[in-house]
Amino acid sequence: MTALSGIRFSNITTIFRREIRSYFNSPVAYVVIVVFLAIIGWFFTSSLFLANVASLRTLFELVPFVYLFFIPAITMRLLAEEKKTGTLELLATKPVSDIEIILGKFLAAWTLLGATLLPTLLYLATILVLGSPDVGPIITGYIGLLLMGAVYIGIGLFASSLTENQIVAFIVSFLIILAFFMLDKVLMYAPEGFVSTLEFLGADYHYSNIARGVIDSRDLIYFFSLLGFSLLLATTSLERRKW
Amino acid sequence: MSITVRNLTKLYGEQKAIDDISFDVKTGEILGFLGPNGAGKTTTMKIITCYMPPTAGSVDVDGLNIFDHSLEVRRKIGYLPEMNPLYLDMNVIDYLEYSARLHGINGGRIQQRIKEMVHVCGLEDVRHKDIGELSKGYRQRVGLAQAMIHEPDVLVMDEPTSGLDPNQIVEIRNLIRQLGRAKTVILSTHILSEVQATCNRVLIINEGKIVADGSPEQLQAEFRGAETLTLEIRSSAANPVDQILPRLRTLTGVTQATLLTHSGDQSRFEVHADKGTDLREPAFRLAVAEGWVLLELHRKTTTLEDVFHKLTTS
Repeated sequence: MTALSGIRFSNITTIFRREIRSYFNSPVAYVVIVVFLAIIGWFFTSSLFLANVASLRTLFELVPFVYLFFIPAITMRLLAEEKKTGTLELLATKPVSDIEIILGKFLAAWTLLGATLLPTLLYLATILVLGSPDVGPIITGYIGLLLMGAVYIGIGLFASSLTENQIVAFIVSFLIILAFFMLDKVLMYAPEGFVSTLEFLGADYHYSNIARGVIDSRDLIYFFSLLGFSLLLATTSLERRKW
Repeated sequence: MSITVRNLTKLYGEQKAIDDISFDVKTGEILGFLGPNGAGKTTTMKIITCYMPPTAGSVDVDGLNIFDHSLEVRRKIGYLPEMNPLYLDMNVIDYLEYSARLHGINGGRIQQRIKEMVHVCGLEDVRHKDIGELSKGYRQRVGLAQAMIHEPDVLVMDEPTSGLDPNQIVEIRNLIRQLGRAKTVILSTHILSEVQATCNRVLIINEGKIVADGSPEQLQAEFRGAETLTLEIRSSAANPVDQILPRLRTLTGVTQATLLTHSGDQSRFEVHADKGTDLREPAFRLAVAEGWVLLELHRKTTTLEDVFHKLTTS
């Protein structure tokens, strides 16, 4: 395993910049962003005009669900394509460590996620004009979305590292993310002794905690350890060619 | 910059891709890997370039082990993989800059190196095009440019001229020869004439083992079989065909002489002799003495094709 101390940020930046450019050079990023915003926007405006509620609640409730499809879509390409076209061989024979490759790609996908969430600030502006919402939970809600998104991107990267086939990568990451998404929703079927453990493992449980306006260290620890673990898995999987 | 390969073995599951091979490459050598498909050429190259680890054995590049000093070794090597994978969505200049940055070239040097590589590899006309729009020949040049952008001491190229047209092949070969003077070059190829044209040393690999090692000339000399001389002689009333053949048999060292074809007054003969006997001069003198009109005299030489064929078929 590559020591974290040996990481060179210049390499991460180089890979990050290429991935960002690749996202925005192709229609994929635009399509995904537009679809994302269209779905969120439709529910937001319908609650605003039909229900007459000036709130971002629909946004924060809906995005975790949209993530199920959105995150696999933006991460499936990252490693699977390089494996398929063989460019991974070029990349891996450059003086770049595997963890630098993973971090560069992770940051690029996370930035794309941030860029997708950015236009939703318009909804926030609308609400601030129309009503007087509690700003605290909105800020923590966004933090929660970014943290949960980071974890899911880590999972998506891991899925993408397993295969050359982007469709397979999409399905694998969708299923893993679905598991984390559903964990706290199936508690009623779980044996009583496991309920609290399962609840703690569910991503949505921690996200809801944060989105409620309280940033608890337990939730942060959950997200950061899961993120670290998924990135570690992705790196190990990338190194698998060496076994 | 030397490369030392010792007892290298690579298993894919049960199958041995390479089987206990050892060799050294020195600066100024252009080493050609020859071998049938699946002989282990690409696997060996992937190990030297730190893409895959061997199952057993070691590789040192300039005294640095590929395991213990992987990043330093990679800095010294320029690699052009088989099939020449490239990011098709990037344009040429951006891609070269990307490669340069990953090799840790200083910011100020990058533009200069790109300019040099664009010039050396003849990419001026396409430098702002996307790689996906380029022809195979241009893509190959982009692959070479990225392999050389950091001025590596060692160049490893897996079939560098595949997909190029004859003119481009000549250009690339010249480039490789030129580079080979100051660097260590390892290239693999199926094209035997390519080895003869570019390499000063050949390694023939078959089923994961080295079966021949030497300069193309050495190999040809070593594997030269029995001598074969082909003659075409104009027969005449004074020199009928049936009298030529017995005379040819009198040459010293001849084991066998046969009439190949006979049309009109032109006859072709094939004369076999023991290994190492050059029959051309005696045959010429005989023709002069007999007053034969010699239309053609050809000594069949052992080509690398013959050597290759002999060593890789069993």
